[in-house]
Amino acid sequence: MLSLISHDTPRSKILTVILLAIGIGLLFAPFLFPGSRSMETAARIAVFIVLVASYDLMLGYGGIVSFAHTMFFGFGAYGIAIASDTLGRGFSSLAIGAIAGILVSAVAAVLIGLISLRVRAIFFAMITLAIASAFAVLVSQLSTITGGEDGINYQIPRELTPAFKLMSAKIFDVSVNGKLLNYYLLFFCSAGLFLIMLRIVNSPFGSVLKAIRENDFRAEAIGYRVVIYRTAVTSISAAIAAAAGALYAIWLRYVGPGTALSTEIMVDILLMVVIGGMGTMWGAVVGATVFVLAQNYLQPLMQVAVDATKPLPLIPQLLDPDRWLLWLGLLFILSVYFFPTGIVGRLRKNG
Amino acid sequence: MSEPLLTLEGVHTHIAQYHILQGVNLDVPKGGVTMLLGRNGAGKTTTLRTIMGLWQASQGKITFDGQDITRLSTPDISRLGISIVPENMGIFSGLTVEENMRLAVLSGKIADDRLDWIFSAFPPLRTFWKYPAGNLSGGQKQMLSVARAVAEERRLYLIDEPSKGLAPAIVSSLAKAIKDLKRDGATVLLVEQNFSFAKALGDTVSVMDDGHIVHSGSMAELAQDQNLQTRFMGLSMETA
Amino acid sequence: MTAHSLAPEHKPKMEAPSIKQLASRHAPLLLTIALIIAGYFAVGSAQTWLTLTVAGLAMGMMIFIMASGVTIVFGLMDIINFGHGAFISIGAFVGASTLAAMGGFAGADNIGLNLIAMGAAILTAIVATALIGWLFERLIVAPVYGNHLSQILTTMGGLIITEQLIHVFWGPDQIFMPKPEALKGAIVVFGAAIEKYRIFAVGVGLVLFAAMMWVMAKTRLGLIVRAGVENPEMVESLGYRIKRLFIYVFMAGSALAGLGGVMWGSYQEIVTASIGFQSMILVFIVVIIGGLGSVGGCFMGALMVGLLNNYTAFAAPKLALVSNIALMVCILMWRPQGMYPVVKAK
Repeated sequence: MLSLISHDTPRSKILTVILLAIGIGLLFAPFLFPGSRSMETAARIAVFIVLVASYDLMLGYGGIVSFAHTMFFGFGAYGIAIASDTLGRGFSSLAIGAIAGILVSAVAAVLIGLISLRVRAIFFAMITLAIASAFAVLVSQLSTITGGEDGINYQIPRELTPAFKLMSAKIFDVSVNGKLLNYYLLFFCSAGLFLIMLRIVNSPFGSVLKAIRENDFRAEAIGYRVVIYRTAVTSISAAIAAAAGALYAIWLRYVGPGTALSTEIMVDILLMVVIGGMGTMWGAVVGATVFVLAQNYLQPLMQVAVDATKPLPLIPQLLDPDRWLLWLGLLFILSVYFFPTGIVGRLRKNG
Repeated sequence: MSEPLLTLEGVHTHIAQYHILQGVNLDVPKGGVTMLLGRNGAGKTTTLRTIMGLWQASQGKITFDGQDITRLSTPDISRLGISIVPENMGIFSGLTVEENMRLAVLSGKIADDRLDWIFSAFPPLRTFWKYPAGNLSGGQKQMLSVARAVAEERRLYLIDEPSKGLAPAIVSSLAKAIKDLKRDGATVLLVEQNFSFAKALGDTVSVMDDGHIVHSGSMAELAQDQNLQTRFMGLSMETA
Repeated sequence: MTAHSLAPEHKPKMEAPSIKQLASRHAPLLLTIALIIAGYFAVGSAQTWLTLTVAGLAMGMMIFIMASGVTIVFGLMDIINFGHGAFISIGAFVGASTLAAMGGFAGADNIGLNLIAMGAAILTAIVATALIGWLFERLIVAPVYGNHLSQILTTMGGLIITEQLIHVFWGPDQIFMPKPEALKGAIVVFGAAIEKYRIFAVGVGLVLFAAMMWVMAKTRLGLIVRAGVENPEMVESLGYRIKRLFIYVFMAGSALAGLGGVMWGSYQEIVTASIGFQSMILVFIVVIIGGLGSVGGCFMGALMVGLLNNYTAFAAPKLALVSNIALMVCILMWRPQGMYPVVKAK
């Protein structure tokens, strides 16, 4: 059991309980929280855990800030969408789309890494921001292939849709259909990807990354080619992000700039990784869960607050659910100042 | 000997996770040249940088002319009348020699007689006055670095290994300039590895090893005592 | 044997530079001229080419105004400000509000009154962004000084908060920002239609660039800034309180972004809160290809990006932004530190 998580234990009792609760919650989500809305939430959490963990691989372990993570995510998602759209529905389309997306993503990351990580790591942040934005613009312009701003709706194999009934009986009042299969496909693939990442950070490769993060000059002096290691971790991270994008695309049966490319998703990822705790992997699990839940259930609460404060000046505008990002931004800066190790770091410190 | 101008008491300095200075006690008497000797990595440069406030002392006290300067910022320390010739010379290579010199004086105007003295001590600076300092040779850069530190009268000059890697002719012109300063009653704290250079200039001497001062005394005493030299510097000093 | 006797005395290299050295030094300028000539052949028609070239120069000047702050702030204090775009947005909104408030002046059929309105818009934008720049430096940048990773994160956070606050104060929708009457429309030169506003933008950009170069080359402040970009530690050792100076430079950089925001906003005539973030894409491309910390490089880089953008937008509209990315990649392969690498003392 311990070797499954590469002996990288949560190292905190409270954290262990939280992680177990999240894991069990996601595993049995269709039965514990029936209803399509909570299924959507659970799927989103699972995908974002992988996406955020892959980002943490780069940020927390590689010390590299990237603004192209949604682009890599988008490669995977659009891979599925375009393959299903052009090749027709079928498992082979899914496989081709996913593999193409992952490959494009990994290669793009290597190229970006080689031109920008040679000089200094901050170049990478600026260059990825520029490239990801250009890519987003390109996607919205090349509407014949990508569907532009409207995105693409496509068909996935019938076995993964609600129309497919595995058996007529229900288990715990939940109908066993293709949608359930789809959820478990997503869940187990996400869990597998997460465990692979845990393995990576606890491997000798991961140790070198940590040495580079602590002091890149010294790592270089000891004889590690810092650029190569940084480019490699960027590429692995990009490939996993694309895989997460592919899973999400199979689940949603729709891909568009809003779900797979927007800067808003990039901001969300940054917040999740910082709030959860950089450089811990488990932080991605906590960060993604807390964030997605808050997004789904706190925003309506803000509306209540707006209604309650209606007569006051300015306050209702500040509390408007559309100003959700304002408060996240604030929380984000405060976390970087005061809790740079995030929730996981805090819990570990307190035992 | 008169009251010390500069005193370090139990100064510790950490750089990242390294503990470089481990309780340095040092007196620099007013007037004259104090040599700071020691092998590579003993902490000499760190001592100068800590005095200048470029690295913060984590413990201990630095007093300059009766004033505690341990926590002052570098510009404020400089404004008390301390100048430094850093180890890497700190030349602004994109600026001309003239601009480098003009920056060295807060008022922007170097006194004429001072400039005449600098030009007579370091003639290449006059020749290349309007040229980018980056085009100077290594020796000329060192001249510029020293000239900048002495562009106006200061109460204490911190000079880090001026002779390093330079041709003998240049070293002797630097030595001559420091002698001129000394004759005018200046106080100098000079880090050196070149013992003959040190012997010619030093009045008092402190030897560092492993982040401590291991010996303090007069230069004459150290110059005569081969044993002391071997013990403190780990090498037999040639008197070439 | 003593160490110093081994060191050879180097001959100073003070002779006139060779043609090769000259070509290498002025390569960015030659490249820009080559780009303009290549643009002529790509476009085909002299009139269209003239229109596009002026448009490209105008766009380049506006990007330069927005980008110069990023490069100076980085050069002097080694701080990379991802929140710079916030000042562009604020500048645009404050300028738009001022123009709207002075609608009588801006809409009058009198170039003097028009320019007063535009001047007032610029002035209020500059003052507002300089003040907010001061707050930003104190609250968001100062606590993470010396740590690039945290800087990127907090300044990005600052950008998000500022964009949201713009929505709080100016509402969620884009606002209209008409140009003053006298700057609307076009004049015809050699048969080519040239928008008046573009000439105005080129003028403002040139004046600003000349002023900045003059400050950098001729004033004591410029001297300290140039020295500080190379070796801030030495500048402090000479007695200059560079951290205090830095706050002013940061405010100046923010004010320039504010000015850029007004110029860019009234060029587009539509202002959204994300205008700053969108401009940052081009700003980053420009400062990277120019060489982080170099004002001259920023200027040449901005011109190249502006020109290339306009030529490509004419020849293959969908590839405009991609062509700039391609330009950046090519330049980084040629000079990994940008066209004018800034020498940093270590």
